[in-house]
Amino acid sequence: MPLNSTGENLRIVVTVKYVPDATGDRHFADDLTIDRDDVDGLLSELDEYAVEQALQIAEDADDAEVTALTVGPEDAKEALRKALSMGADKAIHVEDADLHGTDAIGTSLVLARAITKAGYDLVICGMASTDGSMGVVPALLAERLGVPQVTLLSEVSVEAGKVRGRRDGDVASEQLQASLPAVVSVTDQSGEARYPSFKGITAAKKKPVESWDLSDLDIEAEEVGLEGAYTTMDSATDSPARAVGTIVKDEGEGGRELASFLAERRFI
Amino acid sequence: MAEVLVHVDHVDGSVRKPTLELLTLARRLGEPVAVALGAGAADTAAVLIEHGAAKVLTHDAPEYAEYLVVPKVDALQAAYEAVCPAAVLVPSCAEGKEIAARLALRIGAGIITDAIDVEIGEEGPVASQSVFAASFTTKTRVSKGTPVITVKPNSAAIEAAPAAGVVEALSVSFSEKATGTKITGRTARESTGRPELAEAAIVVSGGRGVGSAENFAIIEALADSLGAAVGASRAAVDVGWYPHTNQVGQTGKSVSPQLYIANGISGAIQHRAGMQTSRTIVAVNKDPEAPIFDLVDYGVVGDLFDVVPQLTEEINARKD
Repeated sequence: MPLNSTGENLRIVVTVKYVPDATGDRHFADDLTIDRDDVDGLLSELDEYAVEQALQIAEDADDAEVTALTVGPEDAKEALRKALSMGADKAIHVEDADLHGTDAIGTSLVLARAITKAGYDLVICGMASTDGSMGVVPALLAERLGVPQVTLLSEVSVEAGKVRGRRDGDVASEQLQASLPAVVSVTDQSGEARYPSFKGITAAKKKPVESWDLSDLDIEAEEVGLEGAYTTMDSATDSPARAVGTIVKDEGEGGRELASFLAERRFI
Repeated sequence: MAEVLVHVDHVDGSVRKPTLELLTLARRLGEPVAVALGAGAADTAAVLIEHGAAKVLTHDAPEYAEYLVVPKVDALQAAYEAVCPAAVLVPSCAEGKEIAARLALRIGAGIITDAIDVEIGEEGPVASQSVFAASFTTKTRVSKGTPVITVKPNSAAIEAAPAAGVVEALSVSFSEKATGTKITGRTARESTGRPELAEAAIVVSGGRGVGSAENFAIIEALADSLGAAVGASRAAVDVGWYPHTNQVGQTGKSVSPQLYIANGISGAIQHRAGMQTSRTIVAVNKDPEAPIFDLVDYGVVGDLFDVVPQLTEEINARKD
């Protein structure tokens, strides 16, 4: 049974981001944007969960298509390649020199235009990127696209034109429901992401990757980039290294000695 | 004096601590106007005024409980239009960040999330953030529109500053978008009686070294001796020893308490990202090479099953 309301195939767009590896030595370039040259990049781990849920929803549908979408420099194709090798059907890369330094508001504009141009019933995002880690792009996309936001889901399913999911908050766990089209974001609790198989990696090389620039999306250069950004970073300073602490080996009194340290610091 | 909107995070009228911290920061920027929405909104007024709210705008409607996020965005936008504030401050919880983002987009303004401090600068509020696993501190300001800034818990000391404080009903008409995502069920989290993780002054965490779900009892006992919240590393959460809601780290909660005690946690970068801004850091770990020891003010190389119960016992003894 087709899963969307129109009976047509279900078009899923999954947004992915190419980020500097968190285990690398991340720092800022002279213009206070993230220095991408000195650290290896990879598909943001939190977006792998989004790709996984997109693939599972597509597998449950009779007829569905998963498009991976990214905005970023040439290297960002790596993130698309990973999504394709996991099983996405096709990919869109939005690349433009004028995008350098784009903030979350600008990124949401580019993504929203690209999603609209691609056509969609469901947008699936990770809960946040692992570099900026703001966690606001899914909400911004829903606002821009004028569709329901069904965000921070630890469980998600799509049936008969509706998306349902569970959102675990501090105070309560909520069951959510919205009609398609909708924007979904998923957490790292939504389900382990699959590893690309050898077959998947080989197949990915033959899958179509479209490249769009700002003119394809009717976006002016001054709407994005550092110039278009709604925020300005004035400084980024190395946090002072923590003073070297006291490390003791437990010879039987470790707990009591630690209690004395805590008492000195007035925690007890 | 410029007014500063503060979005109130409360549970049935009980104001959560980070909101009171926001009132301290808001007073640096202008005159705080608090916006409290949903069931119990009017009950929040006394404590908000006690902490410096010059005005409290309240509104309740079933939409806040029945639909996700957007009704609150509509209300905050109504407050924004009524007040024309110099800045909008929102607690940096998951929902707070979503509300702030949508509001910023609607009012054509920039958004800064997870600020750890906010000061007044020459061109408006300047927010400090701790980024890349706390290896950098950045200063950022909003360059277009009214700054919308979300602030992390424990970013300011709560100060009582009784204000004249008037309470007014906010007039809100909901947008079509407000009813887009229905909340069809809600299960309240069982209260453990412990403080909430993100806002606790002391956090006691356990990791892979704790070894089992049952063994978390010794972590909880230490936490209870200190009146602390319990955290867990991703390794411990992924194997089901402790709930995800207690996960500290990049994909869990980011905490910056006065004291963080890591037990049986190696200190992978993803965990460090979530706790590195803690004021005092203590670790207990068998492995002297564990990266967590690079961060500590005090570390014990030893078996947590010896050290932690002894520590708990000693704390309880000192309290008597």
